[in-house]
Amino acid sequence: MARPRKKKNTEIFALGNEAVVEGALLAGCTFYAGYPITPSSEIMEIMAQRLPLIPNGSFIQMEDEIGGLGAVIGGSLAGRKAMTATSGPGFSLMQEHIGYGCITETPLVIVNVMRGGPSTGLPTSPAQADVQQARWGTHGDHSIIVLSASNVQECLDNTIEAFNLAEKYRTPVILLIDEITAHTREKIIIPNEDEFEVFNRIVPTMPPEWYKPYEETVRGVPPMPAIGSGYRFHVTGLTHDTNGFPTSRPDEVRELNERLFRKIDQFLHDVQIVDEIDTDDVDVAVIAYGTVARSAELAVKQARELGVKAGLLKLSTLFPYPRKATEKIMAKAKTIIVPEMNMGQISREVKRVNNGQVSVRTINKVDGQIITPAEILKVITRV
Amino acid sequence: MADMKGTQLIHEYLRHNKKFPHVFCAGCGHGIVLGSLIRSIHGLGLSKDEVCVVAGIGCSGRLAAYVDFNTVHTTHGRALTFATGIKMAKPNMHVIVVMGDGDSMAIGGNHLIHAARRNIGVTALILNNNIYGMTGGQCSPTTPSGAFTMTSPMGQMEQSFDCVELMTAAKANYVARGSVFHVKKLDKMIMEGISNPGFGVVEIMTPCHTQYGRKNKFKTPVDMFKNIKDTVISIERYNQLSEEEQASRIPSGVFVQKDTPSLEEKFYQMAASCQGGA
Ligand SMILES: Cc1ncc(C[n+]2csc(CCOP(=O)(O)OP(=O)(O)O)c2C)c(N)n1
Ligand code: SF4
Repeated sequence: MARPRKKKNTEIFALGNEAVVEGALLAGCTFYAGYPITPSSEIMEIMAQRLPLIPNGSFIQMEDEIGGLGAVIGGSLAGRKAMTATSGPGFSLMQEHIGYGCITETPLVIVNVMRGGPSTGLPTSPAQADVQQARWGTHGDHSIIVLSASNVQECLDNTIEAFNLAEKYRTPVILLIDEITAHTREKIIIPNEDEFEVFNRIVPTMPPEWYKPYEETVRGVPPMPAIGSGYRFHVTGLTHDTNGFPTSRPDEVRELNERLFRKIDQFLHDVQIVDEIDTDDVDVAVIAYGTVARSAELAVKQARELGVKAGLLKLSTLFPYPRKATEKIMAKAKTIIVPEMNMGQISREVKRVNNGQVSVRTINKVDGQIITPAEILKVITRV
Repeated sequence: MADMKGTQLIHEYLRHNKKFPHVFCAGCGHGIVLGSLIRSIHGLGLSKDEVCVVAGIGCSGRLAAYVDFNTVHTTHGRALTFATGIKMAKPNMHVIVVMGDGDSMAIGGNHLIHAARRNIGVTALILNNNIYGMTGGQCSPTTPSGAFTMTSPMGQMEQSFDCVELMTAAKANYVARGSVFHVKKLDKMIMEGISNPGFGVVEIMTPCHTQYGRKNKFKTPVDMFKNIKDTVISIERYNQLSEEEQASRIPSGVFVQKDTPSLEEKFYQMAASCQGGA
């Protein structure tokens, strides 16, 4: 008797930006709103073609990025999995609405294909300059989930992950990509439906009169009904009580603010995604993310060939910063090297975790060029 | 519900056990707009679940919290963008947006003209009190030339926007101007705005004695209402006046009424044909 054959994976040759779209659609995204900007525009252009082809898909080009994210929040409140994509200047315009997404606990995904800056900067060159903006760009204290991708396959995988985390924790998730990965074309595998998990937001099941939209739950994440589904409640960017109405009572204010942190921070193992490469015995460890992690991977291999015990900690999650994974590698290595296409936005976090225990070296490049394997290897072999 | 009258009807729609007392000053016009909105929705026979009220930031923005619909209090100036997302996602919902004059025409001016241009099927109520109420009485894009405000202490020097002209030029489907003094007409305009398939906008002249009146010789709510009664007149009457007389009057009524299909209707038709349907 013939065994049922496992369906063959589809392989395609795709741009990073195309892979983001594939990932989003696999994750169940049916809503896109945005405003075009290099080097992210392909994401929007392909969404404009693909979304009308799927049932319940909708696409709208707004008048600016503020409007783009406003519409995405509206779409998500109405029950859709919604996303937008942008680059530096557009990301800056979105900041107020990112904060709104955080306090109203609206799941959504923002892809920022980073360009060099400040200002309109280098529209077609790679950079990793928006890392701290993704963490702290909007006003007010809040937790946030920021992911990155270092190759085209990860553009797909981590976009799915971004949607899952957004839905699971009812929060905006930011995916940072740099221009090289966004515009690199390589072979990727589109997984079969049974090979990846899709998480959908939890909807309330109690009668509408019982429902309190911002009440504490075991996970800290309240269930979320769609607008128009019979649960009528108030959504506001003002600090609100468990009913969703504005409050300034210190106990209610504290409870909301603390829960917004807690709901993410108590599940760090779930949200902090990292890869370790050659780290079993390691003297020199590189911590890298994005395209630079690719250079670092090659540099580490070459260093091993030269007899240096080198390893790589590759970060898919940038925030909440993977502290445990960093501590673990610091316990083994004597030197940590952090190469970045910025003046040191993740090395700040590494140094914060390190607190003076091991030597932390940075490689910073802000000339619109990638950091090459040779540049990283040179530092590895010198220490 | 059908035979309820006046306040009885309004109470049916308020979140009375949750959200009162309200934040409006006694004598503010915003409460009258709230009443008119409720009567209009009731008059159209819409269920609470098919209505979504989206508001911006300002005294006007607080209005959404008081009514038992799906309500969203957004960011300053951006209410229309949220509403656009909701309407694209749920084309069968009646999405009604409440904004102040500063909210809609200053910080939100770009979104306003584009919502009109693309003819998204939402209804915008612009509560025009010629001033920034919530932030303490600074001038707005509709503050009349010469009027005194906290940021035009010597009299406003800039020209002001005419909301009706702006929305007509931007191609809104339905454009009307009413006032809180003429509530019967206002109810009708809001109903027509909601019934229109595309972008409907109703500018509502409303008093803010606390911030505007105080500085411009209308200290009490009664002074302000008298002023609205005298200045806001029907288009027909307005057209009979000399140019000089017109300068101190504001025409009200329905200025544009088209039935161009809305953006979301066109989008879903296009999508259906792409998917091999109709
Ligand atoms: C981005 C931003 N800028 C400024 C403000 C401050 N602000 C709150 S309400 C308001 C003006 C409201 O005036 P208007 O829209 O005319 O409404 P009204 O209070 O008169 O009803 C301003 C400037 C804000 N909340 N957000
Ligand atoms: S400040 Fe003006 S607009 Fe605000 S509630 Fe008072 S009267 Fe109304």
